[in-house]
Amino acid sequence: MSTDIREPLVLSDPEDAGDVEVERTRGRAPQNAAGRVRLVFQHVAVYIAAGIFLLPLIYAFFSALKPNGEMFAMPPRLIGSEVRWSNFAEVFEYGPFWTYIFNSLFVAVAGTLVVLIVSTTAGYAFGRLRWKGRDAVFVLFLATLMVPAEVLVIPMFQVMQWFDWVDTFQALIFPFAFTAFGTFLMRQFFRGIPYELEEAARVDGAGAVRTFLRIILPLSTSAVAVLAVFTFLSFWNSYLWPLIVTVDYNAHGTLPVGLASFSGLTGTRWDLQMAASIISMIPTTILVIALQKHLVKGIAMAGLGGR
Amino acid sequence: MTTTIAPRRRRGALAKVEARQALGFASPALVGLALFTIVPVVLSIVMSFFDWPTFGERTFNGGANYARLFQDPNFLPALGNTLVFTVLYVPASIALSLLLALALGPRIRGRGALRVLFFIPVVTPMVANVLVWKMLLQPQGLFNGLAQTWFGVELPNFLADKNWAMIMVVVMSVWQGIGYNMLIFSAALEQLPESVMEAAVIDGARGFRLTWSVMIPMISPAIFFATIMTMITSLQVFVQPQMLTGGGPGNATLPLVMWIYNQGFKFQDLGLAAAGAWILFALIIIITALQFGAQKKWVHYEH
Repeated sequence: MSTDIREPLVLSDPEDAGDVEVERTRGRAPQNAAGRVRLVFQHVAVYIAAGIFLLPLIYAFFSALKPNGEMFAMPPRLIGSEVRWSNFAEVFEYGPFWTYIFNSLFVAVAGTLVVLIVSTTAGYAFGRLRWKGRDAVFVLFLATLMVPAEVLVIPMFQVMQWFDWVDTFQALIFPFAFTAFGTFLMRQFFRGIPYELEEAARVDGAGAVRTFLRIILPLSTSAVAVLAVFTFLSFWNSYLWPLIVTVDYNAHGTLPVGLASFSGLTGTRWDLQMAASIISMIPTTILVIALQKHLVKGIAMAGLGGR
Repeated sequence: MTTTIAPRRRRGALAKVEARQALGFASPALVGLALFTIVPVVLSIVMSFFDWPTFGERTFNGGANYARLFQDPNFLPALGNTLVFTVLYVPASIALSLLLALALGPRIRGRGALRVLFFIPVVTPMVANVLVWKMLLQPQGLFNGLAQTWFGVELPNFLADKNWAMIMVVVMSVWQGIGYNMLIFSAALEQLPESVMEAAVIDGARGFRLTWSVMIPMISPAIFFATIMTMITSLQVFVQPQMLTGGGPGNATLPLVMWIYNQGFKFQDLGLAAAGAWILFALIIIITALQFGAQKKWVHYEH
């Protein structure tokens, strides 16, 4: 079906991404001198591109170590007159930075748990069980994916006022934890699991809950992991909704919101802003490095996006 | 994905049990979706026809909000800015990330590490990325500093200049988003069937011709997918201009989402904001539909 834009990227077997054999044949060394020269040239070009790409981050890191007065010294220097690691410590004295980190962590972990529970159970109901009206409800689910968050935030704020949830952790966690995306992803994955496995368990007397917990879920750890990582990242980085629903940044501000307000508070303290930015980049960078294979796989599976 | 059809084995009673279990499994998602998506969507339509302040009296005003949109001095400029951003950002982002994915071919040493490197800004908080670029783009920042010391050239004040501000919002956005599409394209390139590649090479296709006439058409579904997704997200651009320029100078970089945010949460006019959000939604639907219409011309589905 060519109208489903996700379909071309759904792999028949997610484990295939980066197939070893393909690597071996296509990655073989060039056989002639011209080919070798081209390969060297290609390496140089790629590494130069990477260097330019990294420049903002490298410069930001070294700027975070400078005294504030030397941020915009002429001519620009990578390293200031002294290396002030104390800037990183000062960030935590300047604003409630630990609170922002804790809030972000709490919201992202809780949100991810909610998404995982909701998506796997609903994915099971839509993908493996048969009931009247299932496909119609599922189409409704998918249709909601088209509504942009910007349309939702205005009325959602009103709903939060009715619930009296403005400026609470619930408001940061729940409203965007029920999107159809996770359900869609899990349903697709569950459908690929052979029915015979479930049948055998059913014949042995296991009910739906047991087959779900003992058979379907254990077979789906890679899909669940991918969904978990992307959900965590999207909660960790989300900005528009927390900005709207948080009033007291010092109490419920998440890291992006805190960082933004922090930049206003500190005014011209560019050294602290850079230190704070670098600190906020560390956890996700580590996550990406640790889980790089799964990220590639996850993007290949569904092209699912962080924000 | 392979689908095995389950044998027809259920009778009435069993089917009923299964339907009840299904309801149990699906109910958290159904309740959540109803509460946090269906209700807000319906409410949003209702709000767009009301004079709806954050606090206080609400009055039905027919389609007045939609008419007021076009009298608002910032709405049409914001719409224009969003379109300009999309027109500049999408081709640049797709072309550069495709080039990068092709360049990071299987023969490149350390390409795994390089991919991770290009992916880092995608997952770091956008606010942090923007702050870094804001520092670089200051009149005294690295870019102007280097231009002056090395070439004696005074660069424009990027974030305060009407024409440069939008370009810098685009440049920063390309930088931060390039790794995402690159990974999509890399995944697609890695799945190219070896048999087709070998056949093309035997037929004498090499280098540029192999890339342009064989590889790119074969990954065109991925390019189509990435283009649609990138376009949808770029019509929703908010954080980069909000943090980098505050929408300025004047309203030169004010995008639609920022206009919606300002109407709703600065000027407390939720009805007008909702109406603006529906215009954005309509725009996204129309542009996506146009792309689907155009895909027959250039997207090749093999299977």
